[in-house]
Amino acid sequence: MSRTITATVAAAIIAVGGSLIAQAGVPEISFSTVDLLKTPNDVYVGEIGGVGANSKGQIFVYHRAGHPYATLADNRTFYRGGSRLFQFDASGKYLREFGQDVYGFNAAIGLRVDPQDNVWTIDEGANQVVKFDTEGRVALVLGRKPETISVRPVQPPAGAAGAAGAGAPGPGGPGGGGQGGRAPGAGTPGSSFSRPTDVAWDRDGNIYVADGIGANNRIAKFDKEGRFIAHWGSTGKGPGQFAGVKALAIDAQGNVYAADRGNKRIQVFAADGTFKSEFGGIGTPIAMCITRGATPHLYVSHAGDEDGMEDAAIYKVQLDGKVVGKFGAAGKVLKEFGLANSLDCRSDSELLVGERTNWRVQKVSLK
Amino acid sequence: MPRRLTYCLLAALILGSGAIAAQTKATATNVATIPHEAVPNFFKNPPGIYTGENMGIATNSKGNIYIYHRANETRLFEYTPQGNFVREIGRGNYGFSFAHSVRVDAQDNIWAVDEGTDMLVKFSPEGKILMTIGRREDPVASLTNMPGTGRYHGRNEKYRFGRQTDVAFDQQGNIFVADGYFDGRVVKYDKNGRFVKAVGTRGNANLQFNTPHSIATDYQGNVYVGDRGNARVQVLDNDLNWKANYPNVGNPWAVCVSGGPGPKNPGKQYLYVSNSWQDSAPAAGAEFTGEVYKMELDGTIIGRFGRAGKAAGEFATIHQMDCRDPDVIYTAEINNWRSQKILLKPQAMKTTSQH
Repeated sequence: MSRTITATVAAAIIAVGGSLIAQAGVPEISFSTVDLLKTPNDVYVGEIGGVGANSKGQIFVYHRAGHPYATLADNRTFYRGGSRLFQFDASGKYLREFGQDVYGFNAAIGLRVDPQDNVWTIDEGANQVVKFDTEGRVALVLGRKPETISVRPVQPPAGAAGAAGAGAPGPGGPGGGGQGGRAPGAGTPGSSFSRPTDVAWDRDGNIYVADGIGANNRIAKFDKEGRFIAHWGSTGKGPGQFAGVKALAIDAQGNVYAADRGNKRIQVFAADGTFKSEFGGIGTPIAMCITRGATPHLYVSHAGDEDGMEDAAIYKVQLDGKVVGKFGAAGKVLKEFGLANSLDCRSDSELLVGERTNWRVQKVSLK
Repeated sequence: MPRRLTYCLLAALILGSGAIAAQTKATATNVATIPHEAVPNFFKNPPGIYTGENMGIATNSKGNIYIYHRANETRLFEYTPQGNFVREIGRGNYGFSFAHSVRVDAQDNIWAVDEGTDMLVKFSPEGKILMTIGRREDPVASLTNMPGTGRYHGRNEKYRFGRQTDVAFDQQGNIFVADGYFDGRVVKYDKNGRFVKAVGTRGNANLQFNTPHSIATDYQGNVYVGDRGNARVQVLDNDLNWKANYPNVGNPWAVCVSGGPGPKNPGKQYLYVSNSWQDSAPAAGAEFTGEVYKMELDGTIIGRFGRAGKAAGEFATIHQMDCRDPDVIYTAEINNWRSQKILLKPQAMKTTSQH
């Protein structure tokens, strides 16, 4: 009896202590938001994969709309469609769509605008990162969409021999871990992505791809022409290992910040992939952005549940990992966030937040 | 090989018997007939515009009519009170895949219930998406694991549905969802979409469901669930406690409480229940299905109208009804790719019964 009480009390202390560590001294930042996007009556945005602004303040949204289709009576099953790329003015007024009917718009997961105002889409269905120039032309394609998908056979009744789907590839298609004696999740040198999630650039224009939340757990680096340079990372918990690389940010010194979602931490690397440091206290990070200016900060979106209804916040973090503030909660009304999957922060006081379970972009003003 | 064949046959038998059991003759007898007529060719589409299987129908406070249907793609159309096509809402949005029903709330927001995406999509009267509940399965998972023919799973998650079927609202704006084919439950949310409570599992006891297929509320906040496979309407109170079963009106594919979603008006409310002709339209089933019952809220049957068939005024699988005006019933029907405006003549019924 008394032993039970002791154990319970100890557990309670540990639990409280844990939450105190996570919460202690993190001040709430007061903020306001507006539901930003205004589309024509017959134009809809769905789950926001990514949102970003260019130097003129114009806003680009890569989102899930309509359906991914699979064709029947082809000799293999081919899929297409499912995502769209919209452009809005700074006030959120719809301007135009581009990338209509391109080959690899299937499952939007991210969007970034580079310093030259090119728009980069990241698609976790096509396993591709596509660069559109300011004219809307396709300027660079990284990765390749799997040609076909395997359709699961009809499930045999329980007890029948031969489990359905045996031998089918794991989630994420090609890429994959472990081949060639490398560590699990290390991926193949090159752009064979497995559910890539994000892209970032250093000052020389080198391209870094977060790859990703599928079979690979690595960061791949390319030069500005898209030629493979290096990659690092594998599946695991140690330094330089990941349990889902969900977001990237790069500071002015070229340090690479990687949101390691499953390990609930941000890892910091030198530009060549050398591990430098890590920090937590930011929950389960699913999106990240870095501000510009003399004292840049990271904003990190935390989503503690899969529905965006229980546990969420956006943390403001110094580049040394000190958490200096937080704002927001989970839910559906304004000032709540339903899986804030994409952050854009050109200034220290204004963010764009794209959500997945709420089909909207909130423009956040911090006080 | 023979063993596998046996299993296949067994599975076919189980599935087949399930389908057969889904349609039964209503046990109510000596029910008076309410005279009714259909307004001929009431819904008028412009050239090139067609509706497919009409799954859902609902009116707003101004009398405009919404039809949620399965065409080449699932689509949501709006019509004037005179039945003229106005516009399409929600085309190509991420929540539309396989229509199941549509309802209008007290603020004239339009709620599309889609059993393909497992989502409710709430549109403002202007057609802007205000809220979603439930979530479409991530398509990336399907790239290597295409879903096959789904079954009941009883997953019972707060914010995910399994082929949910219908939605209703009480006077406080709380949201009630009938969920559905893969779960057997009723879920309550507050007006901001935050989970309050869920009740129900698969079964035939009270507070169990065998496909809760349609849901409606009255002004007191009671909840009427068309428990289709169990051939009964289950009545729950506002906290989802069991109150009553109405087991004598066949398989309730569609339930409707008159008066609209509020705000509360002084009119008396009635419950309409459709014992719909099976959607595969078997000739045998047409003999004892297809009729709609008009009931007091306490379950007393007032009368019935209609029968299975494809002529005007007959019903080819009513999937949803609107009964804002208790004497004007809109029926969305699967099999004839149509909806009908039905005028009831309850006064004529009294005259008839006096003769």
